[in-house]
Amino acid sequence: MADRDDFERRLQEARTRQGLDAAPKGHGGGLPGGAWGIGFRIGVELVSALIVGLAIGWALDRWLGTGPWLLMLFVVLGVAAGVLNVYRVAMPRSGPR
Amino acid sequence: MAAEGKAIDALSQFALTPVLGKVGASVGFTQSNAFMLLAVGLTAALMIWGTARRAIIPGRLQALAEAAYEFVYEMATGQIGEEGKRYFPFIFSLFMFVLFGNLLGLLPYAFTYTSHIAVTFTLAVIVIVLVTAVGIAIHGWHWFSYFKPPGLSPLLAVLVAPIEVISYLSRPISLSVRLFANMVAGHVMLKVFASFVVMLGTAGFLGFLGALAPIAINVALVGFEFLVAFLQAYVFAVLTSIYLHDAVHLH
Repeated sequence: MADRDDFERRLQEARTRQGLDAAPKGHGGGLPGGAWGIGFRIGVELVSALIVGLAIGWALDRWLGTGPWLLMLFVVLGVAAGVLNVYRVAMPRSGPR
Repeated sequence: MAAEGKAIDALSQFALTPVLGKVGASVGFTQSNAFMLLAVGLTAALMIWGTARRAIIPGRLQALAEAAYEFVYEMATGQIGEEGKRYFPFIFSLFMFVLFGNLLGLLPYAFTYTSHIAVTFTLAVIVIVLVTAVGIAIHGWHWFSYFKPPGLSPLLAVLVAPIEVISYLSRPISLSVRLFANMVAGHVMLKVFASFVVMLGTAGFLGFLGALAPIAINVALVGFEFLVAFLQAYVFAVLTSIYLHDAVHLH
């Protein structure tokens, strides 16, 4: 059994060296993965920012009577915010922010 | 009920019906509200009875209460830091409310109040209002620099600030839609496959054999839904903690 333990230890070392094992969860991370979960999360982030952009643009247009222009502007900003959200999901939070 | 008239009726399970007879109907007290009260009552009962004896070797109930408490405590302090202790009661209440809503909804004949966007969005709005209030209370006017990433020329900041504001305002929407969509999707799938069982099961011997497949799928789905119930409550609470971290620490 001794060599088996040795093998497990060396396998673990090799895995850690290659970065195959996820780093221990600590400060920052915390959201569970899974391909389906990440995909769904990214979709929701994109669409929700777009909805907020749409709502702000539509409300401002109604309020100021500025035709479709603010709606168009804020849809673009909403898409940009959605991409920003996705970037924050994809990038670890322990960076500059 | 689902297979009557050879149509799959997967959405009627989310309909609200008043309970408590005439009184309930007149004040709009639905089964959704009843299950919310039940969830609050169960959470309170778990914590009160679970910690009543304070045994050194915990019984099952005490172990459950301690596990729930420590799980959320670790999450709050791990994500927010030492200041997380101050927000622990809020995060714990939120987590238990969502968790019990998800879990109670998996019982037969039960209603899942977290499958309504009105409920989840209200919770998300509470979260975002609290996070904003905490941020302003701690940092004052300086909090608004949250929307201006450091080290950016004023020209770019004018462009980036609206994007950051929209991104911030999209948080409650993504938070609520994620929980709501997960619960609705799970319950619709359960209902659709259960309808297949009824439809196939009444269609002769071959159909009876064929009905075994959707039953097997449903068995697996119920297990999966328990996972989703825990996971979504966890995600809701952990995202609340992350937002609180941003409000407390700013950048």
